[in-house]
Amino acid sequence: MTDSTPRPLLVIGGGIAGLTTALEAAEAGREVVLVERDPFVGGRVLRNHQYFPKMCPPACGMEINIGRLKRNPRIRLLTSTEVTSATKEGNGWKVTVTRAPMYVNDRCTVCDECTPVCPAKIPDPANLGVGEVAAIRLPNPDGAPKRFFIERSACPDGCTKCAEACKYDAIDLAAVAKEETIEVGAVVLATGWHPYPLEQLTELGGGRLENVIANVNLERMAAPAGPTAGRIVRPSDGAEPKRIAFVQCAGSRDVNHLSYCSAICCLASMKQAGYVKEQLPEAEVVIYYIDRRTPGRNEEVLVKATEMEGVELVKGKVGKIEEGDGGALKLRVEDTESGKLMEADADLVVLATGMVSSLADGNLPFDIQMDSDGFGLDDEQAGVFVAGVARRPEDVAASVRDATGAAAKAAVAAGRSA
Amino acid sequence: MEQVDVFFCTGCEIGASLDMDAFEEVCDDGDANSLICHECLCSPEGVAKIQEAIDGGTDGLVIAACSQREKTAEFDFDRTKVHVERTAIRELAIWPHEANDEDTQMLAEDMIRMSLARFEALALPEKLEEEIAGTVLVVGGGYAGLTAALAAAGMGQSVELIEKEARLGGYLADCSNLVPERPPYDELQPNDIAELVSRVESHASIKVRKSTTITSITGSPGQLQVQTEGEGGPDGFTVGAIVQATGAKPYDAGKLEGFGYTENPDVITTTELEKMMSNGGLKRPSDGSTPGRVLFALCAGSRDEAHLSYCSSECCAASLKLVSAIHNDHPDTECVVVYRDLRAPGQLEHFYESVQCQPGSLFTRGDIKGVSVNGGGLKVAVENSLLGDDLDIETDLVVLATGMVPVSADGEAIRQLVDAQHRAEHGESDVQKEAAREIVAANLQHEGTEILNLHYRQGPDLPTLGYGFPDSHYICFPYETRRTGIFAAGTLRAPMDSAQAAEDGWGAAMKAVQCITSNSRGEAVHPRAGDISIAEFALQRCTQCKRCTEECPFGTINEDEKGTPEYFPLRCRRCGICLGACPERIISFPEYSVNAVGNAIKSVEVPDEDEEKPRVLVFACENDALPAIEEAARRRLKWNAWIRIVPVRCLGAVNTVWVADSLSTGFDGVMLMGCKKGDDYQCHYIKGSELAHTRMGNQQDTLKRLALEEERLQVLEVGRDDYAKIPEMFEEFAETIDDVGPNPYKGF
Repeated sequence: MTDSTPRPLLVIGGGIAGLTTALEAAEAGREVVLVERDPFVGGRVLRNHQYFPKMCPPACGMEINIGRLKRNPRIRLLTSTEVTSATKEGNGWKVTVTRAPMYVNDRCTVCDECTPVCPAKIPDPANLGVGEVAAIRLPNPDGAPKRFFIERSACPDGCTKCAEACKYDAIDLAAVAKEETIEVGAVVLATGWHPYPLEQLTELGGGRLENVIANVNLERMAAPAGPTAGRIVRPSDGAEPKRIAFVQCAGSRDVNHLSYCSAICCLASMKQAGYVKEQLPEAEVVIYYIDRRTPGRNEEVLVKATEMEGVELVKGKVGKIEEGDGGALKLRVEDTESGKLMEADADLVVLATGMVSSLADGNLPFDIQMDSDGFGLDDEQAGVFVAGVARRPEDVAASVRDATGAAAKAAVAAGRSA
Repeated sequence: MEQVDVFFCTGCEIGASLDMDAFEEVCDDGDANSLICHECLCSPEGVAKIQEAIDGGTDGLVIAACSQREKTAEFDFDRTKVHVERTAIRELAIWPHEANDEDTQMLAEDMIRMSLARFEALALPEKLEEEIAGTVLVVGGGYAGLTAALAAAGMGQSVELIEKEARLGGYLADCSNLVPERPPYDELQPNDIAELVSRVESHASIKVRKSTTITSITGSPGQLQVQTEGEGGPDGFTVGAIVQATGAKPYDAGKLEGFGYTENPDVITTTELEKMMSNGGLKRPSDGSTPGRVLFALCAGSRDEAHLSYCSSECCAASLKLVSAIHNDHPDTECVVVYRDLRAPGQLEHFYESVQCQPGSLFTRGDIKGVSVNGGGLKVAVENSLLGDDLDIETDLVVLATGMVPVSADGEAIRQLVDAQHRAEHGESDVQKEAAREIVAANLQHEGTEILNLHYRQGPDLPTLGYGFPDSHYICFPYETRRTGIFAAGTLRAPMDSAQAAEDGWGAAMKAVQCITSNSRGEAVHPRAGDISIAEFALQRCTQCKRCTEECPFGTINEDEKGTPEYFPLRCRRCGICLGACPERIISFPEYSVNAVGNAIKSVEVPDEDEEKPRVLVFACENDALPAIEEAARRRLKWNAWIRIVPVRCLGAVNTVWVADSLSTGFDGVMLMGCKKGDDYQCHYIKGSELAHTRMGNQQDTLKRLALEEERLQVLEVGRDDYAKIPEMFEEFAETIDDVGPNPYKGF
């Protein structure tokens, strides 16, 4: 499968995995086309408040990666772009990409003259729909490219206010979508994941009870740039929660939802318990778990959580959550081994929802080999490889590890280095 | 630089907020060739103007516009032809301060002065052109090493694979089956290690050296001279980069108390059971009978402060695998698994489920308190079981799932040991000899553990970070180590299962190839990938203090017998920590030097005391502090206009003379803002922030000697997301400075 001239690699998905694949390959001298559906690369990690086990901000490592991206002449970054068709040609692929209209182009300086004049407001995608932002905005200050973006579907008919406010000719409201065909030697799918929908967990109050939120929501709430500027509150009344329950395996390891283990939720909840206690030292925190899965050096996170005063780890599966008296929530907990039933109260419940592979959505024009849960498998024959959570549920460190490996696999498939 | 032009962008509120005419004089005074204002410098038209100037002979540029972090591609010019100083007028002067205000104007003028002042001490970098070896050395022929060898060879490199044992295959060579890596993940997978071994052994680009060890490695990545001792005697060759995949060994079960491992032959480890199963099947060692019941004790020595405090990650899956194999081969044998938490993350959950459903297998949570003899069999005491509090389980065989210990050598500890041994022998005084003997005693376990035998002053092997794992940034950059071009893979790097070890082999091979190709282009590797400048040492002024050799986080510098540094550019990451370390200020980079920053500091116009405009100099780390400051600016947070900010590569790249320069220039206070230090450090150069704290701590004594208040110098940890706290940090320091009063050296 090796030629004398290496051909470019196509990386689909600009989260931590795709970005890593692209950067590692490009720094090794490969030409890379990096395609991202969103208007920026950086992905889901930029919606996290902290990484375990170091409790550090994701934007720190991302700053290095975005710097690497900006300096690397071998990466062609196509944001707001989707792969719309693909045909196998010889050892490689001929791929058509469709780029959504570039209403804001490279001339944008992020001066922010446009936002104040924009009359349209949308639920803030950066905060998972909580709070409002203008339809024209910087989608993420820590991602790339740093360029404004218009949620065009939200624009009032005929409105041109942003274009009039722009001094740099960066806004073209008449822009049209563009199609382009590119030839590549190999493909890496790094399309990531989405949280298992809260609404599917009705027994646990998901989508039904306001004070039952998902782990990803808490992560936004705790972030300085989040909807509450970092304050952890009870959504129903904005009050500080006094009793917080984390429900592990909410929809994971459960044949009715996700039959696999999402691998990161235990660590995420223990991490979150840590920052909750830091902000609300008086709060009582209980984590209901089946197994505490904190492999490797991440065991430190479990040790820390166990030693933390006011944090209790209880083995048990939460089966039902109902509204109790005075807005409190009532949890019914079953000890999975002894069968014993328990009851508990909480003001705020955080469901540790799992990760669903985006490949399962099935909107890529490749014949992707997948397992029954929608996680992708490498297809050496086709020259299609999978990285990050599209491949298996895993944390950031493992995603980066696999993404670097995927760069190597794709590089081998696309031909020897020059 | 012959001709320096200042390109001033007047867009993004800049022009409307400043008295632009005033900059003519500032540029004249700073020896600029010309000042060119443009309403949008980053536009194609603006960039074309700059390119025109470069084509016309400009070799120095000040781009007074937005931050160096913005419009990077637009303002990227040929670095061997022109040096660009970008000064973030927009983020550091306009956005956080009042428009058309005297203080803002003074700040912007200072920023231009500071940029221009640097040029006198700057030079254009020359690309390093060295002969680079394309061979990758893989140390260790287990799953990770074999995979790395094939990956590197697949990418077109030649490979040298060294294995100290007489056979390849490592730990997996003794296994009959693998934990399922492929769907539906519910049954054992045949072990394909033999096929992998034969692919490696028959590969034209891979040279396999079995029963071989490394006797020495000298030089730099790209040019590493490797000497080996093997079956055919000593040999030598040159490689460009190294993947170390020396694996792990099982934790010594003899150290575990209460399990009866040393006393009872029917207490064995998972590794021993693996070997037994693949060599004739399941038997009780005491009498050769097939056990009716086997009990697996998980976490034997793992997650235990007294033994291995980490979780070894693969023991749960390895035990599930053995339970499944026993069920297949001996359906009448019962298996009992006693666990603390059954860790089967991801798709392994399917395997766990399928093994749980096997008849004759029983899983229970519990802590094992002891194993005792019970007639012809054994009795295992289990506490905290959920089946019914404490219970005794009778069994015929006990299998301890012992954890894994990386086969690493702590290069730093070995170096300390060797140095101390030398001092204990040749020390200058009895006191010194005694102290050295104590260090020797404390590090004796490292004697003779060398693996790579690097001829690096900082030690012969990769330094380890925690638990003996030789990594340096295990979340964001898991393959990074503290030795350039040497990458750890597999169970050496972190506890992991076989599927993960194979992924690691691929990834580490990628990093090794990347190091070779980057070196071939004359470019630095992570995190300053693409940087073409290298350090210069003015050795005639060197006093052999050895600080640079000691403090480089990457072991870049060796020293000769006298202690004079020997710099190896291909090992260098360009962080500038050596520049910060040198008390004689002999180390510089072409575009980042002690004099360039010193000139910038001295160029600031410090108002007289009676003007009541104190000045504070801030050194801000480019990676975390500066982006946090600029994000604060983007959000239009306002801060004190006394602040002058100097971006630095790393806090470790701040030379203490800059503090003296600042105070003698009349600055009233100096702040250093950098990454978190300590065990959970965020410094991308590992030790930079830590070193800055130590160095500035020493600097406090100097302040006292000069009768200056120690409050005038402050080192702060700033996270990348701390933008909201920035104004307060500045304000608090400004208040402190206000309290202590003006710098008495102002005006001298």
